[in-house]
Amino acid sequence: MTEPAIDVRGLVKRYGDKTVVDDVTITVEKGEIAGFLGPNGSGKTTTIRIMCGLLKPDAGTGRVLGMDLARDALKIKREVGYMTQRFSFYEDLSIAENLDFVAGLYRIAPRRKVVDRTLEELGLASRRNQLAGRLSGGWKQRLALAACTMHQPRLLLLDEPTAGVDPKARREFWDEIHRLAGQGITVLVSTHYMDEAERCHRINYISYGKLIAKGTVAEVVAGAGLTTFLVNGDHGGQMLRVAQDLRAAPGVDQVAPFGTTLHVVGRDGAALEASVRKIAEGAGVRWAPAETSLEDTFIQLMGASRDNMA
Amino acid sequence: MNAVFSLTRLRAMLAKEFIQMRRDRVTFAMMLGVPLMLLVLFGFAINTNPKHLPAALVTAHQGPYERAIVAALEATGYYHFTHVGISATEGDALLARGDVSFVVTIPADFDRRVDRGDHPTLLIEADATDPSASSGAVSTLGTVAQEALQHEEGTEAQAAAQKASQVEVVTHLRYNPEGVTQYNIVPGLLGVILQMTMVMMTSMALTRETERGTMENLLAMPASPLEIMLGKVLPFFAVGAVQLTVILVAAKVLFQVPFVGSLWLLLSGVLIFVMALVLLGYTISTLSRTQMQAMQLTFFFFLPSILLSGFMFPFQGMPLWAQDLGEALPLTHFLRLVRAVMLKGAGFTDVRPTLAALIAFVVIFAVLALTRFRRTLD
Repeated sequence: MTEPAIDVRGLVKRYGDKTVVDDVTITVEKGEIAGFLGPNGSGKTTTIRIMCGLLKPDAGTGRVLGMDLARDALKIKREVGYMTQRFSFYEDLSIAENLDFVAGLYRIAPRRKVVDRTLEELGLASRRNQLAGRLSGGWKQRLALAACTMHQPRLLLLDEPTAGVDPKARREFWDEIHRLAGQGITVLVSTHYMDEAERCHRINYISYGKLIAKGTVAEVVAGAGLTTFLVNGDHGGQMLRVAQDLRAAPGVDQVAPFGTTLHVVGRDGAALEASVRKIAEGAGVRWAPAETSLEDTFIQLMGASRDNMA
Repeated sequence: MNAVFSLTRLRAMLAKEFIQMRRDRVTFAMMLGVPLMLLVLFGFAINTNPKHLPAALVTAHQGPYERAIVAALEATGYYHFTHVGISATEGDALLARGDVSFVVTIPADFDRRVDRGDHPTLLIEADATDPSASSGAVSTLGTVAQEALQHEEGTEAQAAAQKASQVEVVTHLRYNPEGVTQYNIVPGLLGVILQMTMVMMTSMALTRETERGTMENLLAMPASPLEIMLGKVLPFFAVGAVQLTVILVAAKVLFQVPFVGSLWLLLSGVLIFVMALVLLGYTISTLSRTQMQAMQLTFFFFLPSILLSGFMFPFQGMPLWAQDLGEALPLTHFLRLVRAVMLKGAGFTDVRPTLAALIAFVVIFAVLALTRFRRTLD
């Protein structure tokens, strides 16, 4: 068995007396697309920055691409492509100048040819002299991805790459990620979009600095041990009252409205079913068992970890 | 693969910095505009040995003696009598309002005393709120009045007045016999302008990257601290060269400042001085979190440089503790060098100590900058 692309253990990062990353252990196999999930401020960005050598961990060890995190920070930088959460290329440089700068820093040769080819592949050859700051969000994101893959890294670290990007651009972006993974590049991508999490081979869920779930989507959903029912009626006003009743009923942990359908989720399947049956039949609305979604699972995990913090 | 330095990476840094410099029109205009503006303002406006200061004459009547004294005083070039034959109270008011810088009072018994061979008294009141403005004029008084009277006594009035106007005032102003302030100010301005623009611009170097969020990306890429530093400071040598040319040409054409020393010696001095400045700016950049902080730190350094370096006030005239502070500023040493080379024609051996001091600043700032540079976002 080959060494994993990312193998970090017990990472801890503190700012003052606040522990932002608390004993996080993550393993990502080569060629895998690993999702890194968690609510805002959960420590995803900090963890990614530690992995690419931008921050020094207060505790923990790790190997990235077989190189030691503490000793080989510079070597790791050459093999890793890091795409920051915010667009962090130069807005006052043109598209071509940005790529040229990156190519120079990675000592890519022949520089001009690689830059031209990258521009062609991006479909930006005709706009090469346009300032990067004038690009739309979707194009900025594509430019950033092209810039951080130009030196053919073996590992891509993407920090919320699709924030503020329209659905079509997001889908194209994910097609590109899968294409890169097909070439053997390992990808770690952080996101809080559930549909994106489902596009990953495996996911890691982090909350309040702690890693609280990991595995394939099915494994994470199954591991939460949740039961879900759908309660469906015809009128919004009626469903609002049903939702109120359900929230107060025993065995019900979450009630989430989707139009006139309610997702009712609970840990205790028997108690949940009894409550749903009673309230739904009392109100004269339809109800049926359903698959637990990843989103239901994450809401549950978030609530649970907040309880741990309190 | 060299981790510490690669020419390819430095070239990439430099290309980027030059493009950004060119795109930032306002800053670019400032780098060229500021030296010109300062030069014109300081060069023409500041005059620490002013002439033709307005004066008033308080006298009861106007005889040959009075005319002789007025003529002699005006002949020094310092005095310009705008009010003659007024009363003492009027004179006081003029002085208080600042309409005149001097009030010369010739008492009523002046003529009689002169004729009798007594010691005549002559009262000169000077507005000394700015001592440096009046000191030159005051220093000429005693001799001028004395000589005017000596020539006047016992001779025909008109001839005496004429002679009095030819009175020669002997002053010792070496290197600048005419007492032209610009000879001192303009070379000094070279140092001040370089200091201001170089330090300010480079102090923004890293904070701008941090504020725009590009620092994270730059650090994630394999650029070494040395390459980043050189990439940030080297473009300013080009800016410095342009400023130097502008100032030297203006010194020659606008102000007719003599240049008696070696141009090459001056250029070497400027090169070392600029190196010290950009590294100082870069050090400030590593210390600041925002551009605002960088700006404030720059000014924190800039004001003492102007006041204690010998640019504004004579260095030797300051108390010793202030001189010690001044020695810790690169501008002090540069001013010595540029004035020595331009005005006194000093050679290499004369300026060796100042060159050595400037080199010491370069080393100190370079070490500070590189050790302060954070390779991580911590």
